[in-house]
Amino acid sequence: MNQSDFLKSVLPFKDKVFRLAKRLLVSTEEAEDATQELYFKLWRNKEKLANYKNVEAFAMTMTKNYCFDRLKSKQASNLTLVHSNYKEKETALETKIEQRDSVSQVHELIDKLPEQQKLVIQLRDIEQYDFEEIGKMLDLKPTAVRVALSRARKTIRQELVKQHNYGII
Amino acid sequence: MELSKIEQLLEKYLNAETSLQEEATLKNYFSTGNVAPHLQEYESMFGYFAISKAETSAKPIQLNTKKKNWKWLSVAASVALLVSVYVGGGFGSGGGPSEDEIAKAQYAEVMSTLKLLSTTLNKGNEAMGNLYAYENTVNKILKTK
Repeated sequence: MNQSDFLKSVLPFKDKVFRLAKRLLVSTEEAEDATQELYFKLWRNKEKLANYKNVEAFAMTMTKNYCFDRLKSKQASNLTLVHSNYKEKETALETKIEQRDSVSQVHELIDKLPEQQKLVIQLRDIEQYDFEEIGKMLDLKPTAVRVALSRARKTIRQELVKQHNYGII
Repeated sequence: MELSKIEQLLEKYLNAETSLQEEATLKNYFSTGNVAPHLQEYESMFGYFAISKAETSAKPIQLNTKKKNWKWLSVAASVALLVSVYVGGGFGSGGGPSEDEIAKAQYAEVMSTLKLLSTTLNKGNEAMGNLYAYENTVNKILKTK
């Protein structure tokens, strides 16, 4: 497999990898670094790629695992402290503006979901994979994917309704 | 699409029982901007999904590692060094006599300019002789006083 063949087979889902990484890592720069790192890994393992029926699903699984590793190592070091400080500063300024913007409210609500549900929402409602594929990517049974997705959707909706009513009163 | 059908689909949607096609129908309905007031929360949900999907990474992918680049750079540097040494050595042995001639010519030029300098310096010295004569006469005058 030479470089152009490789790029032809893996570049079409580059943005999906990036968006998944951003969903988990939050910052755009980190997501870009993660995307770059993932493509390194794919390139290094290019001989094995032919063995996989679904390279895209394989790449998404790798992205998920890589991001979880990043998050773990961040938690272990002091980086989280810096990050939370930064966030606190931001909220004071931005909440006022964002409260009106219900679309970015959805972003925050998804951010608060458990990791599993976050992933399922990202892969289904944004990237529109079918349950089989999501199951393969996350190593779950399709029924488990359904349950997680249903919970995530219901939570987001409930929270939005709550905030909406609160705003009227 | 009728409102009752949308509501039915939404019920299924919350239970994660909709197909991708049905979800596309919902997406279309909520992107029209003509949404029933009691379904507003879904509008922001589907709106957010659509916006998120449009986000792309601006950074191009690089497949060659930095380490590899450094290796190539050092190879290129050593080749450049070898070539420059070889070329420099060739000039040294091949152009020997001509270099000598150049040195001689430069020597002659330097000598001629030095001569020019010395003659003008001598002129200056002659002028200094006049100064002494002046000083002598001044001394004579001072002594007579």
